[in-house]
Amino acid sequence: MDIEPTLSIEHLTVDLPEGADRPHAIRDVSLQLWPGRTLCIVGESGSGKSMSANAVMGLLPKGVSVGAGRILFGGRDITHLSEAQYQELRGQGIAMIFQEPMTALNPLMRIGAQIAEVFEAHGRLAPAERAARALQLLREVGIPDPERAQFAYPFQLSGGQRQRVVIAMALALEPRVLIADEPTTALDVTTQAQILRLIKDLQTRHGMAVMFVTHDFGVVSEIADDVAVIELGELVEQGPAEKVLKAPDHPYTRRLIAAIPTVEFRDEPAREEPLLRVRDLVKEFRTGARVVKASDHVTLDLMRGETLGIVGESGSGKSTLGRAIVQLVTPDSGTIEMDGKDISHLRGAALRAHRKRIQMIFQDPYASLNPRARIGRILTEGPIAHGRPRAEAEARARELLSLVGLKASAMERFPHEFSGGQRQRIGIARALALEPEIIVADEAVSALDVSVQAQVLDLLEDLKQRLGLTLLFVTHDLRVAGKICDRIAVMQKGRVVELGSVEQVFRAPREAYTRSLLDAAPGLEVQP
Amino acid sequence: MKDFWHRFRANKGGIIGLALLAAIVAVALLAPLLFPGNPWKMVARPFVPPFEGMKFPLGTDTVGRNVAAGLAYGGRVSLLVGLVSTLAALLIGIPVGALAGYFGGRIDDLLMRVTEFFQTVPSFALAIVIVAIFQPSVVSITLAIGIVSWPPVARLVRGEVMSLRQREYIEAAILQGLSTPAIILRQILPNAVSPIIVMASLMVASAILLESSLSFLGLGDPNLMSWGYMIGAARTVIRQAWWLSLFPGVAIVLTVLALNLIGESLNDALNPRLSRRRS
Repeated sequence: MDIEPTLSIEHLTVDLPEGADRPHAIRDVSLQLWPGRTLCIVGESGSGKSMSANAVMGLLPKGVSVGAGRILFGGRDITHLSEAQYQELRGQGIAMIFQEPMTALNPLMRIGAQIAEVFEAHGRLAPAERAARALQLLREVGIPDPERAQFAYPFQLSGGQRQRVVIAMALALEPRVLIADEPTTALDVTTQAQILRLIKDLQTRHGMAVMFVTHDFGVVSEIADDVAVIELGELVEQGPAEKVLKAPDHPYTRRLIAAIPTVEFRDEPAREEPLLRVRDLVKEFRTGARVVKASDHVTLDLMRGETLGIVGESGSGKSTLGRAIVQLVTPDSGTIEMDGKDISHLRGAALRAHRKRIQMIFQDPYASLNPRARIGRILTEGPIAHGRPRAEAEARARELLSLVGLKASAMERFPHEFSGGQRQRIGIARALALEPEIIVADEAVSALDVSVQAQVLDLLEDLKQRLGLTLLFVTHDLRVAGKICDRIAVMQKGRVVELGSVEQVFRAPREAYTRSLLDAAPGLEVQP
Repeated sequence: MKDFWHRFRANKGGIIGLALLAAIVAVALLAPLLFPGNPWKMVARPFVPPFEGMKFPLGTDTVGRNVAAGLAYGGRVSLLVGLVSTLAALLIGIPVGALAGYFGGRIDDLLMRVTEFFQTVPSFALAIVIVAIFQPSVVSITLAIGIVSWPPVARLVRGEVMSLRQREYIEAAILQGLSTPAIILRQILPNAVSPIIVMASLMVASAILLESSLSFLGLGDPNLMSWGYMIGAARTVIRQAWWLSLFPGVAIVLTVLALNLIGESLNDALNPRLSRRRS
């Protein structure tokens, strides 16, 4: 190629402050961004992928600095610019979009004014033209009804619309490089698909170079031209997307790609014996005059020994259903029956005694363990509260730890001494401590890296077989649901719109909504 | 723990405060050894100016009592009242705040209205009334200060408990079948302890100020020497004998300053994420 790269990172090393878990956030990384092409930087959490994006923008946190190498933008070294020079560069030369659009926007400013402010900050356009250009940008990023939307505040927009506004701001000064740091991670799948399409579209139209930081190989396969894989700060593989995804050289890349959950159809006989029956469950949340129906006459059966997936986008009521089943929320009406008895109105001691039959695994492994309790206490206090002698409970806790693949010495340690995946294993051990019949997993693997996610999914599957558990698996990720579930219930706006075996739902979805979810899921492949 | 000490040490103010407080506590504890005999006893002629001899380094007061001895004994009262009244305030404030924050709804409404009732009455006036009703004594003064200073504790604890209650690990504890008292005492409160400690250290300081103010007005325990009383008794002669009000005043300032420095430092050490960024 005889064209110049728009941005070129040469042997860049970013130093971490002393006392961090490694000396360099990234070490000796070289990358090129070409006009009109998208480079995906892929890595797991802590790999340093975001640091490389921040280094380009001059947004390194305090104590972190560029140790060696340089970043060339249009032939000019931008590694050691002053703050004023960076301000000149940001927005005009290189623009960035962030993961969480709500926090990237000023909540007190109308969005039209926020876009116009970009021009003002760089002294572009006459004041009168700025608003007009802002409106034009909103139209370009596909905000519905832009004439009205320009006067809206960020909270009045949906997550996807907010991300569109952030993109409009990034595009305002026609930058030559767009850096996107996990821009779709906080969004629903259908919205994610739209935003990915928008970025792709704008890129071709403006001939920008895009640097797209992500942890999700599904997204990579949708959007990347080139791929760079980073493991613990080292660039382990880079090349055209086609090659890296289909024939990866490096074992780490191969491991990451192998860890992506794939849909599996099982030929197990359908299970017919209902363990839990949910009938006409209604739960509404009110804030002022606004009523949200989180559960709108939900009816379903959970069969003994099966894994039932509840999938849906945010706000579909899937979590509320899971929480109603474990009785963290009380339904407004309807029943939840176990062994022919309605359990949704138990109170006091009867409820506490019943709780051991249904346990839950939580989403956030960092928030679900008491930071001031040792693992031993976390695993024993439930059984002790149910009348087990302490010694017995402790012996059982050690067994559980080995069951979930941790050492018995973990008993004496605190949660912060473990990684996210290990903590999730502790969360699973805690759920098992009371020997429940049903486990509700609420987005139990969503916060984990793909390789860890695969391990935890395997563990759950294994435990389920060995202990004869019944699993209710709440997730937004169709790939995960397709891998682990026997049946899937698709929820939308508090209703179950489709319920069937994995094979039926994936191969022959009855509902248009299910089909749109399947289409939007990045990197989802189902053999027809 | 080691980590905590390391962060505490990073703030020089805290170390200074700690040293200052240690010195004040030492003098107060050693008062009977340093100044044997009753501090109320007249030992020399009145109005001996300070720094005129080793016998009365800080001079004597209007009736010839040793000012240095008064300061040492007064420190005992100030520190004792500050500490005990803060404990009393915590004893009322923590349960009220924890119950209101955990249960919410009507219980919260009821407890918070009671708290607001105490907050709307000017606390100093209320303290005066309570002390006046029960006769001035160490017990009534301590009680009065405790009663007027618990509402902020209740509010703080309520807010902490409300936010902690939403955490997943509390939900996990509920699902594990733990009883409500066990959840509040063993899961929630230990995680709310940091801000409470910080607040308590600052409350000791304000309790000392309140006690001094009460004594200044003549509502102190008539049998015990205290800093506030010394200043109050000296105010009529402030033009002739400046040292009589200055030294107890300095003692109060230093004690309160020490406690504030410690509180600030504790805040940095216990809430590392909230503290000002150290580079």
